Amino acid sequence: MKRKYIYFAAIAVVLVAGAIALGIMWEPSIAQVQPPAASSFDSQLKIDGARVVALGDCAVCHTAKGGAPFAGGLPLATPFGTIYATNITPDPDTGIGTWSLEAFTRAVRRGISRDGHQLYPAFPYIHFTRMSDHDIQATYAYLMSRDPVKATAPHNKLIFPLNFRPPVAFWNVMFLRPGERAADASQSAEWNRGRLLVDGLGHCAACHSPLNVIGGEKSAQAFDGGLVDGWDAPPLNQLSNAVAPWTQAQLVTYLRTGRASEHGAAAGPMLPVTLDLATVPEADVQAIATYILSIQKPTSPSAEKTAADATQDAASPNVQRGAIIFNASCASCHGSGSPMQTIGTRPSLAFSTAINAQTPRNAIQMMLGGIPWHGESSINYMPAFADAFNDDQIADLASYLRSTYSKRVQWNGINDTVLKIRKENEAR
Amino acid sequence: MIQLTVNGVQHALDIDPSTPLLYALRNDLQLHGAKFGCGLGQCGACTVIVDDRAVFSCLLPVSAIGNRAVRTVEGLGTIDHPGTLQKAFIEHQAAQCGYCIAGMIMRAQALLDRTPHPTEAQLREHMEPNLCRCGTHMRILAAIRQAAGLVDDSTVGSARPDTGASQ
Repeated sequence: MKRKYIYFAAIAVVLVAGAIALGIMWEPSIAQVQPPAASSFDSQLKIDGARVVALGDCAVCHTAKGGAPFAGGLPLATPFGTIYATNITPDPDTGIGTWSLEAFTRAVRRGISRDGHQLYPAFPYIHFTRMSDHDIQATYAYLMSRDPVKATAPHNKLIFPLNFRPPVAFWNVMFLRPGERAADASQSAEWNRGRLLVDGLGHCAACHSPLNVIGGEKSAQAFDGGLVDGWDAPPLNQLSNAVAPWTQAQLVTYLRTGRASEHGAAAGPMLPVTLDLATVPEADVQAIATYILSIQKPTSPSAEKTAADATQDAASPNVQRGAIIFNASCASCHGSGSPMQTIGTRPSLAFSTAINAQTPRNAIQMMLGGIPWHGESSINYMPAFADAFNDDQIADLASYLRSTYSKRVQWNGINDTVLKIRKENEAR
Repeated sequence: MIQLTVNGVQHALDIDPSTPLLYALRNDLQLHGAKFGCGLGQCGACTVIVDDRAVFSCLLPVSAIGNRAVRTVEGLGTIDHPGTLQKAFIEHQAAQCGYCIAGMIMRAQALLDRTPHPTEAQLREHMEPNLCRCGTHMRILAAIRQAAGLVDDSTVGSARPDTGASQ
């Protein structure tokens, strides 16, 4: 009798749990609509949408290299495999042409596709959920009035069981807090606007925070710095730790031009973000900078070399070999008195964020890949050296740069890091 | 002493280890194909092949080359017997002033060595670092397509040598 009772109880628990799980995972499909005509949207709403889309960096992920804007196909490397960004042009077959505003709003606020399937959290809906209804409507109006492009993204290459989408619903239970947040009345309007842009649309924390083992942002360590596409996304809450502590003016200039005269040039995944922010009103970027400067944590100064260590380091064979390479390969732009150092607002390498960073990762990425030409845009250029130098030579250069231009202690394991980064880059 | 293998010939040069390869080629080995353009890795006039990769020789110190083989435009053929790419460049009259051409040919050679039949997109992406101030890029691309045995389907704006003597 007792055994029978336990047996029924167990079945009941399984059924209830199963029903709850299904309830969590199941999302209804939202009916398709005729693609709305571009002329059906208010023109001011579309103009607002252009600004919102730039602040949200939509095009950065939803445009493949050399592809049509918003047509998707860009591979996003994650620890769980590769996800291809989707087509968000209004093409009815391969894009979002048949999505109603209701379906679009659900996707942005809760990460559910029109047909009810779970979107992967690489789409930062946990941040976009903070957007206002007006901003979501403006984004919809803007995207729906782009030229439809027929383009199907390649299939995602994710590890089992993540290639199966419904369990993402449980991830959402843990990490998604849907909806707008009330303004903080004790703070200025600019600060509140900045918080909305940084935490919501701009989704800065998506890259600039460490991720836990299931790819959720560690909320207690928000803005402590992360790793994205093989680049270190530096901490945003230790900005006074720079050689020249970041100021509001430097932050705004950096975000709007990709260059800061006391820190260096944007590169890697941050470069396209600055290209987007160049197009929005300066007040938005001022608000972003105001908020970011308000979230600073107390920092302890980075460990600096003793005079004896500095002398010993400078005399080491790898630094010496690095010096020879620097003189031939780098000095024509980065040497003191070179034209690049005397025109424009380019800092000495002594101020470089990458060379003063905790790890050599970004300095190595810069040397390997440089900054490619970007059409006719006037942003920075640097040639790539991946084909010119082997791993040891890149490592020698990194040692030389750290030894010569930074007061901070020499990096450890540089050669291994170069090897690792090359492998990662080749796999990408 | 710096050991260099250039176009299959070994050389021992008594030069500063941070001398850029370009200077060694031009000043010490009298190979004047590769040119000094910007000295900043922005134009590609100095491009040569080092260990099957196209590199800017103005930014590569001789001491960093090690035992990697260096190839320059002089290694591809002679005036009497031009190589495949050189012949195609001549047939398409791809040179205007000619300053960039040695670099263009060597960058193209590096591509065809690894990818004998590149797609149009691969071809254009690979050639992007090299600039021609005269603007003969369309003829340069046409010449490379011919050397690679590709059908020239991008005739818009490209001048072919057989379309008229007045071009």
